Amino acid sequence: MSEQNRNEPARILQLYETMCLIRAFEERAEEAFDAGLVNGSIHQYIGQEAVGTGVCANLRDTDYILSNHRGHGHSIAKGADPEAMMKELMGRVGGTSGAKGGSMHIADFSVGMLGANGVLADGLTMGVGAAQAIALKGEDAIVAVFVGDGTTNRGPFYEALNWAMVYELPILFVCENNTYASSTLTRSVTAGEGPVARAQAFGMPTFDVDGNDLVAVDAVAAEAIGAVRGGKGPQFLHARTYRVKGHISRDKLLYRAEGETEENWKREPLGACAAWLAEEGIAEDDIAAARDAAYARIDAAVEAAKAAPFPDASLAYQDVQDLGPPEIWPENLRMPGGAS
Amino acid sequence: MTEMMFQDAVREGLAEEMRRDPLVWALGEDLSTAHGGTSANQYLGLIDEFGPKRIVNTPISENTIMGAAVGAAVAGTRPVADLRMADFGMCAVDELVNQAAKIRYMFGGQARVPLVVRQAIGVRKGAAAQHSQSTEAWYVHTPGLVVVAPGTPADGRGLLKSAIRSDDPVVFMEHKDLWGATGEVPDDEGVVPLGKASIVREGSDLTIVSWSRMARLAEEAAEALAGDGVSVEVIDLRTLWPWDKAAVYASVGKTGRLLVAQEAVQVGGFAAEIMADVTEACASALETHVRRIGAPRMPVPYAEPMENEYRVTPARIVAKAREVLES
Ligand SMILES: Cc1ncc(C[n+]2csc(CCOP(=O)(O)OP(=O)(O)O)c2C)c(N)n1
Ligand SMILES: [Mg+2]
Repeated sequence: MSEQNRNEPARILQLYETMCLIRAFEERAEEAFDAGLVNGSIHQYIGQEAVGTGVCANLRDTDYILSNHRGHGHSIAKGADPEAMMKELMGRVGGTSGAKGGSMHIADFSVGMLGANGVLADGLTMGVGAAQAIALKGEDAIVAVFVGDGTTNRGPFYEALNWAMVYELPILFVCENNTYASSTLTRSVTAGEGPVARAQAFGMPTFDVDGNDLVAVDAVAAEAIGAVRGGKGPQFLHARTYRVKGHISRDKLLYRAEGETEENWKREPLGACAAWLAEEGIAEDDIAAARDAAYARIDAAVEAAKAAPFPDASLAYQDVQDLGPPEIWPENLRMPGGAS
Repeated sequence: MTEMMFQDAVREGLAEEMRRDPLVWALGEDLSTAHGGTSANQYLGLIDEFGPKRIVNTPISENTIMGAAVGAAVAGTRPVADLRMADFGMCAVDELVNQAAKIRYMFGGQARVPLVVRQAIGVRKGAAAQHSQSTEAWYVHTPGLVVVAPGTPADGRGLLKSAIRSDDPVVFMEHKDLWGATGEVPDDEGVVPLGKASIVREGSDLTIVSWSRMARLAEEAAEALAGDGVSVEVIDLRTLWPWDKAAVYASVGKTGRLLVAQEAVQVGGFAAEIMADVTEACASALETHVRRIGAPRMPVPYAEPMENEYRVTPARIVAKAREVLES
């Protein structure tokens, strides 16, 4: 996107549709979970859509992202196919990871989405390595890594930031500060001024933005990513947002103050974006059409996922490693994928 | 006796030890919030009784949870470090293996490291590759560590007490799928000694040795075999290091046949150690060679049919048992 396109209503309308796609995915995924269609549990991105959308809107297909456990939104924003993702959640043939990984291990290497992650902070150190590979190969690409507020208290966060600065790597760190780390209020276990000050301690340029304001995230991400692309080294983007849903699909939110969720729901990003679009002269019908198109696409994805077959058990033996025979149950010795 | 869920029984055990000894304390992520440990409420309400100095809600900082526990142990307290899952426990293997396990020895016996590290193991439906691993063999392999893997609520409570009272570091591995399981828990103190197996079913044709949740599945398999007139003795080891060799040798002396069942990947697993040991020690008592059963060597897959392919089931134990019985 060139500078003059920035924040043009037509562009924001497109991004609004991406946010709706993420919202619809998360809502339908929750329904599928409640209906017993999802084998594992899910971490929803509801309320944080503007961050992943605004950041990835400024990335190219050739750029990489590394995500975390709350990765559905990042994946969709980077261009992963929601239908394949829904199949992954339901453990069906055609899932992004061949139904081997589930919600926490969605990846789509074809669009530079190098993986969600079940272990906090590991994406940071791997992201630094991906940036080092870009430098080594002389590629014109960058890396963006998403990290939660709670995860900034793990040691690898500091190792990765230091490393990125030392080797002047083309990497953007995106800290999504949604206030919580599981059931713990992050500030109750965090010393000092928080993520921005910590990044500054490494001499890293920082950006601080209202993560629920898509227009603002888009603009700030453009600047930060422009700096990375321009050879100015690692940049740190701190997006203030709020985790509207429970930490995980089973979470009953017992630790929240009365009315807190409702109060924060008033600031959710989709409504604010729709209002901005209307103010900028986009017709209400067009806004509604974007939203409807997103929901229709996700509804179709759900139907396709439900109709897809479960993978054959023999696929479990595939992709473990090249060398060494698989250890197959005697009753399955004649399974197609089994005897290699 | 009182019927209790595993997670509640273990919490009771911890609370009782904390009442008994003011130097016992716990640290880990989310321990003092309204969920009391997000995984299974294993700390629910303890913050109210013991306060934030003894139920310490930590940052997400696995290395320091473990390292702080080691430091606090050598400095004279008895920490219970909760790493939530064995998969995250890997983030702190250094502090556990290079420090906790070696300090007593390396420093010529000057110091003891009386800590307990809780890290849950096992497959829970759909938890996939990074939330399902059974890593008990890693720690059995490490000199200096005691390794415990209880399979019932009473053993969970009783072994946690012994673990807390132990002057050596104890890796306490609960199975995630057992947290909600119920069982009879004694009304008395109910301390279960470390290193002592439990013979959960007596039999004369075949011995099945197992631990953690797999011991329950072994009981199911034994029940199925009983229907065919086969008498199976099931031993729940409960402690993996030091394991109760006397109990296993005595049983093998009686049955002459041994099958070891584990949930973990079979290759390089703890079952292999038991097999090798019994083969060496009980050669004359064995009527046929010893067998084992464990998971295929693969990360734990997500989708149900593949996840089931990973699982050691009662039916698979029965099939393996028949192999032993027919040879
Ligand atoms: C190393 C490690 N420790 C603990 C966990 C368990 N866990 C999963 S998500 C989470 C909270 C993460 O909080 P934050 O970084 O703020 O991300 P958010 O969930 O808010 O998006 C915890 C403790 C884990 N997956 N990995
Ligand atoms: Mg958070």
